[in-house]
Parts: sequence; structure tokens; C-alpha cells
Amino acid sequence: MPERALRLNGPSLEIVERCDGKHTVQQIVSELQQIYSKAEPKKVESDILDYLARLHDQRALDFDAQV
Amino acid sequence: MTSVPTNPLALIAELTHRCPLHCVYCSNPLELQNRANELTTEIWSRIFKEAAEMGVLQADLTGGEPLARSDILELVRSARAAGLYVNLITSGMPLDEARLAKLIEAGLDHLQLSFQGATEEIAAEISGTKSHPQKLRVLDWLKQVRVAVTLNFVIHRKNIDQIQQMLALAESSSATRVEFANVQYYGWAFANRERLLPTRAQLDRSIETLKSAQERLRGKIRIEYVVPDYYAKFPKPCMGGWGRKLMLITPTGEALPCHAAQIIPGMKFENVKDRSLREIWETSVAFQKFRGEDWMQEPCKTCDRREQDFGGCRCQALLLAGDASATDPVCSLAPTRAKVDAILEAANKPSAPELSLSAPDWLYRPNPA
Repeated sequence: MPERALRLNGPSLEIVERCDGKHTVQQIVSELQQIYSKAEPKKVESDILDYLARLHDQRALDFDAQV
Repeated sequence: MTSVPTNPLALIAELTHRCPLHCVYCSNPLELQNRANELTTEIWSRIFKEAAEMGVLQADLTGGEPLARSDILELVRSARAAGLYVNLITSGMPLDEARLAKLIEAGLDHLQLSFQGATEEIAAEISGTKSHPQKLRVLDWLKQVRVAVTLNFVIHRKNIDQIQQMLALAESSSATRVEFANVQYYGWAFANRERLLPTRAQLDRSIETLKSAQERLRGKIRIEYVVPDYYAKFPKPCMGGWGRKLMLITPTGEALPCHAAQIIPGMKFENVKDRSLREIWETSVAFQKFRGEDWMQEPCKTCDRREQDFGGCRCQALLLAGDASATDPVCSLAPTRAKVDAILEAANKPSAPELSLSAPDWLYRPNPA
């Protein structure tokens, strides 16, 4: 991001690593749910969606409509 | 002892002082360097490598006009190859569609296009040349390519009332980020300050306009607003703190902690031709001079905000208080705040310079050979 940097560790790093133009949001959610299998899956999903929305608001990423 | 420095995050690479524009608020020093003294392609490539190795994330290629360098593609390529996020800060003047495509092919991540206003008339007055139509062409070309785009509007008394039109321009472009940066008063801008400083009424209106635009454009365009710090209650954390986050390299290779640092008397700056970036960052006298808190005077020394704003801007302290170690005079706690208040009072008098486009008495920045 111009004039900004994200400090990434743990889950945030695992999410951003998967924002590669290939993973769908659903794929990111299921992969993280596997990594964090001890956490409540619904909670993992909502945390990821919140985080992605935040990055989108900062214009750090865009969502592509699935074809 | 001064504190141990963390790594800088960005390298501001002033590739040249040459520029087709003559903006009355240019951040370059009053004494401009000519082409013959500029660093070579090879030295810049080494600087990018050294920067990346010491943890720098971003290279801001700027000037002057960075596209005035005929080796700009090589410079973009080498910064990218070093692993840096490459940002080009340009007037867009020496650009055409083919050159833009080549820059992106070379690895450009982000392009920041400057605007001097929302209309041709004001842009020509401020930049001292006809420039606006070319910038509109660049906006069209940018829609066709895949690169992150920021528009930068430099804001002042003469164009602050055009913010709605500037927003419209941004919304019609491919930019995902827009900066509304009020002029900072150093160098050329300091010389032209009387004509540039907005009134408080203008400032309040602009803040209102931008706040509602931020809401309206959320998720589409990120809007950043830099207010003129003369109107602020507390100083800005200039450069994120002296020698803390940023390193600037001048066209001739001097390593500076900020754009204006060369105005501070008695300072000696090291040159990247003689020493490595890391050595300069960690051990040079200039980078340590105002790093940490040891240099601070009261009220900064015991202020709760000293780790937030680091005492403000050293160059502003010099320009307004006559002492680079003083508290930034824009701070409401500074013993010299009255000087800033007097400047504001003059700017807000009904008889202050008219908002007309006629008979300007600007000091324009020339183009070095």
C-alpha cells in the first residue's frame, strides 16, 4: 500500500498470503478453519470477513466477482 | 545516548531537481542541483539494494520530475528487483501511453499523479505553465492499465474552494486513493506563504466537505487530508520522527532525514557515494541529531505527547523560532506560538491577499539545467 505498511503475524499473515487473486473468500475461510480447527468455525469466518472488509475500506484489496 | 534506530520503512529517492513545472510551493530546496551533479544509474541501483537489505519496504521515486531521468525504466526495474514496492511520484508531464506501459512492465506498483487544481486556469497559475490538459490525458491512460493510482491535490488559499470539483475528477478516474495535502511552509512555499495560507473559514469548509466525502466514498476511494499545521493545536509528527521511518536521498546523493533539513545551520550530511545507507542511518551525526528525546527543550522534554509528535518539525522550529531544537512553534504549548498566531491573523484579515487570479506576485521555482 502506498505510504503505509501492514504489520502481519499469525492469522492476518495467513489471510493476506491467500489474497493472491486465485483464492476465493470461501477457500480462504475453509483453509483457515482447518488451521484453526480448535476455534469456533463461525467465529473464524466472521473474523476473516471483518478483516477483509477492513482491508477493502483501506483500499488495500479488491474483491473480484466470481465468474 | 540517543535511542537505537529501528529500520526506515521508506526511501524517498529524489532522482532529479529538473522539472517541467514551476510550482510556487515546491518542496525542493531553493538551491537546485543541475543534471551534471546527479547520481548515476549504478549508484541508485546500489542504494535500492542497500535499502532493501536494511529493511526498507518502499521506494518513492520523486524529484523534481522523476520522468526527466532518461534511465527511469532501469531505475524502476532495479528498485523492483531489490524487492521494494515502487512508487512513482510524477507530474505526468513527460508521459505518453507507451512510456506508461513500459513503466508498468518494468515493475511499477503505484503511481501518484499531482494536480495543481481542478481547473486549467488555477493549475497554470500555480505550476507556471500549461499542465492541466496533459494530466487529464494521463488519467484516461491510467484507466486502461493495471497499476495502483493516487491523485495528489496540493491545497492552498487559491484552490481550497475547488475541493468538490477535485473530488469529481477523482471519482471519474481509476484512483483508489486521493491525497488533499495542504501546503507545508518551507522553501518555495515559505517564500510564497502569504498568498498560499488559507483562511480559517476556507479550512473549516474544506474539512466538512472532505469528511462527508470520506463517508460517501468508503470502500471506493480512500481520502487522506493533511491540514495546514499553522492551524493545528499540536504539531505534526514530522517525517514520523527524525531518523525513525524515512530516509531521503537528494539528486546528488546527500542522505537527509527530511526534505528541508539542509536549511538547518551547522548540519553536515553524509553522501551515499562515500558511505553505506546503513552506516549513515545508524551512525551519522545528522541522523542522530534529533533522534530520541535528549535534544528536546521544555515544554517538549516533559510533555506527555513527546512520543506522539516528537516535538514537531525541526525545520519549522528553525524558520519560525530561529532555533531548530525549539518546540515546533505551531504547538499551542510552544513559547513562540504567538508568531504563528500573528501570521494567521494577517491571513484572516479582510484586507488579506484577494482570492483573485489576477496580478499574482509569485516566486516561481525555476528548472535547473
